[in-house]
Amino acid sequence: MVKDQEFLETKASYCLGLAKKLGATDSSVVVKNSVSETVNFRNKKLDEANRSDDLGISITTYIGKKKSSISSSNLLNDNLNILIEKCIETTKNTPEDEFNSLPDRDLFAKEVKDLNIYDETHIENNQKIYYLKKLEAAASNDKKIVNTESSFTQNKSNFVLANSEGFCDGYKTSSFTASSVTVAKDEESMERDYEYSSKCFLKDLDDADELGKIAANQTIRKLSPKKIGSEKIAIIFDKRIAKGVLNTFASAISSSAISRGTSFLKDKVNKKIFSDKINVFDKPDMLKGLGSRNFDSEGVKTDTLKLVDQGILKHYLIDTYNGKKLNLKSNGRCGGTSNLYFENGNISFKDLLNSNSKSLYITETIGHGSNIVTGDYSVGATGFLIENGEFKYPINEITIAGNFKDMFQNITLANDLEFKYATNSPTMLIEGMVVAGK
Amino acid sequence: MSNFFEKSDVSRKEAESIISDTLQKCDDGELYLENSKSESILLDDNKIKNSSYNSDLGFGFRAISDEVVAYSHSNEISKNSLKQSSENLKSTLKSVKGTYNHEIPKSNKKYYDNINPIEQKSLNEKIKILNDVNDYLRSKGDKVKQVTANFLGEQKSVEIIRSGGETLSDVRPLVRFNVSVMVEKDGRKETGVYGVGGRQSYDSYLKDENWKSVCDEALRIASVNLESKPAPAGEMKVVLGPGWPAILIHEAVGHGLEGDFNRKKTSAFHNLMGQKVASEGVTIIDDGTIDNRRGSLTIDDEGTPTEKTVLIENGILKNFMQDRLNARLMKTRSTGSGRRENYRHIVLPRMRNTMMLSGKQTQEEMIKAVDKGIFAVSFGGGQVDITSGKFVFNCTEAYEIVNGKIGSPIKGATLIGDGPSILKEVSMVGNDMMMDPGIGTCGKAGQGVPVGVAQPSILINKMTVGGTKL
Repeated sequence: MVKDQEFLETKASYCLGLAKKLGATDSSVVVKNSVSETVNFRNKKLDEANRSDDLGISITTYIGKKKSSISSSNLLNDNLNILIEKCIETTKNTPEDEFNSLPDRDLFAKEVKDLNIYDETHIENNQKIYYLKKLEAAASNDKKIVNTESSFTQNKSNFVLANSEGFCDGYKTSSFTASSVTVAKDEESMERDYEYSSKCFLKDLDDADELGKIAANQTIRKLSPKKIGSEKIAIIFDKRIAKGVLNTFASAISSSAISRGTSFLKDKVNKKIFSDKINVFDKPDMLKGLGSRNFDSEGVKTDTLKLVDQGILKHYLIDTYNGKKLNLKSNGRCGGTSNLYFENGNISFKDLLNSNSKSLYITETIGHGSNIVTGDYSVGATGFLIENGEFKYPINEITIAGNFKDMFQNITLANDLEFKYATNSPTMLIEGMVVAGK
Repeated sequence: MSNFFEKSDVSRKEAESIISDTLQKCDDGELYLENSKSESILLDDNKIKNSSYNSDLGFGFRAISDEVVAYSHSNEISKNSLKQSSENLKSTLKSVKGTYNHEIPKSNKKYYDNINPIEQKSLNEKIKILNDVNDYLRSKGDKVKQVTANFLGEQKSVEIIRSGGETLSDVRPLVRFNVSVMVEKDGRKETGVYGVGGRQSYDSYLKDENWKSVCDEALRIASVNLESKPAPAGEMKVVLGPGWPAILIHEAVGHGLEGDFNRKKTSAFHNLMGQKVASEGVTIIDDGTIDNRRGSLTIDDEGTPTEKTVLIENGILKNFMQDRLNARLMKTRSTGSGRRENYRHIVLPRMRNTMMLSGKQTQEEMIKAVDKGIFAVSFGGGQVDITSGKFVFNCTEAYEIVNGKIGSPIKGATLIGDGPSILKEVSMVGNDMMMDPGIGTCGKAGQGVPVGVAQPSILINKMTVGGTKL
């Protein structure tokens, strides 16, 4: 069982008390417990069962404008005494930084809503095994599937965030995740693909049968890929790749990148950075949302932000430190975004496929090719050639490249948004990118 | 050396008896104990942004029966918690009838000293160097707009207790010093990154103001990139410089030669043992035994002494890298490649220092042999799809080659190739093998472990360059 609020709060207040006694002018502490149980299957047989129980504490102490932090997995008071003493010593020896401080008092979250992100249900390993058997049977139905690996994880977490300004709160969260990775083979090639479902509530998890079938189909259709020539071509990003564009956008508008001057979106607030119809939201209070939260990692309240309105950038993602540096108030985004998404576009998936006589539909990218300083983008890719709205044949060993500044201005979105991850996008068309192949 | 049972309510004897009782009919397994201390000190934007210290303690208890692995970990080294883990493992492996394999090779060799690098240099000295780095780089002219520098230090003590009480232990130091600099000219911004590190004290890398050479290299890369033009798109010849570009070897063939993917037959290499997978003259080894290197280990995380494993010899595939589980199932022996990020994770076969050995040609000859292509000197990271064999890596410093001569620098681009065939496209192997500077971390199944790479300059006949210029 995951540790209760009382245990975590007792540890937190012990640390705050000790830090104060040892000379800290301010301090904050996070105590977390996370218990997860995973069962893995491979080729319809049990492969691995894994239970993990992680307890962790991190403490930041301030002496005036000096700051330092420690973290540990050992919560025995003996150990905490030694560490907090060390933390205070280090704080004293660390140079001052005028922007170091806890958040302004009036910004702390006052009410903690029930966001419906904790499910009491406990799924025993034998029930996980039942689900995985069903999943793997569906995944390995076709003879072309030569290997299946599937996994079911239940995670329950609890945390408390407390600081010397009197903020002390936390809550439990849960997740149930099932995934299936399949390998398919024919005379010419061997390919891998996957399907995945993650939900706060067990009863919302995708059907095992369905998940297995999708994984297998997505893998089989990749067999016998071809390589195409280098050209300028319209790219369609499958939803699971399109969300990556949003993640890059989020890194580029984080207040740390902006205050350091290392983002291609610096000084772009109130400027048009996307095509006209694009709206981007970050909505923390979505019920059952995978990124939902009541406050950020400093305790600052988080309201819904319309980050992009009709293509115009409206907000950066601001934490206390960088906010002070930029002379802006924290908007509760220390630790990043919550439920980040592009609003639906107004054409169907089918119309999107038809919008060019020839395009590339990308289902997977590899490599870390996003540069947020310059906006340059270049990654390896796998996908399908689309002609006249039809999937023609699979493509691999190509790269796609462009610059986000141009790419953002050339986005068209379909109307098929769903909330499968914490960051979500409808299927996305980007014109004018370069494919390198043969 | 940590005494894991000193402050615990469970004695070593009691722990041993729980271990033996849990593993008696299993094929393999152990209790892995770990105590790590790490620090991070970061200078950024003219200030010390962060000074933090982490202390982590925990155990991972593993039981293996045939192919099935049961694993349980906890932060609490206590009788209660060990017993709970034991129950957990037993309930997963309901009816076991194996014979525990007690055999584990022994060695007295050590590849690094038992030191705690964090304590060997005071906080004030470290802060002074970071401030000196900042001042030094910012004195190099107005174009320097941002400087980030950091120290990462760690000491990890591990102990492996096997059924019957056999105990193996290791204390592993690890440090890293990194510098990143952003320059700006005419509104254009570029970054250069460089670092050094390994399993020694900070001073082994930074003595005699050696940090200046780290700064100079980061600044040089950033400055080169300020002048870069868009990279070409399409298939062409590629010359790779020596050292760090060997992450090509790591991605293209390294991962595909790890035992687990080959036992499961999901690697593009699984049916190529004994066959020609690379050009003649190409020899690749994975070596855990080089003194003080980032990827070196005295023993792996299962207690097996590491070794120098020949993977590809003169073009022929010779060995996979194995941990105990995959070795047993493939009826071979562990190569001392069983590694884990920490006690929270299960052991997987992983690389240590992966190296392509020197050949006879010079880099000059390679450049001369290229009409149109690129010369790649420095890289960011890479990634591979084990099953299709396709891999990528990102250039951070590269030049075009025109008619046998090095031309203008080109923008960072991704290069993509096919693992099983790329080494057959190697047409020249240089005589200038070099190790990387000691900064690599390899990710697999969500676990990061420190690794090294090395290679001489090589000429590859054909690779796809992912630029924007058609």
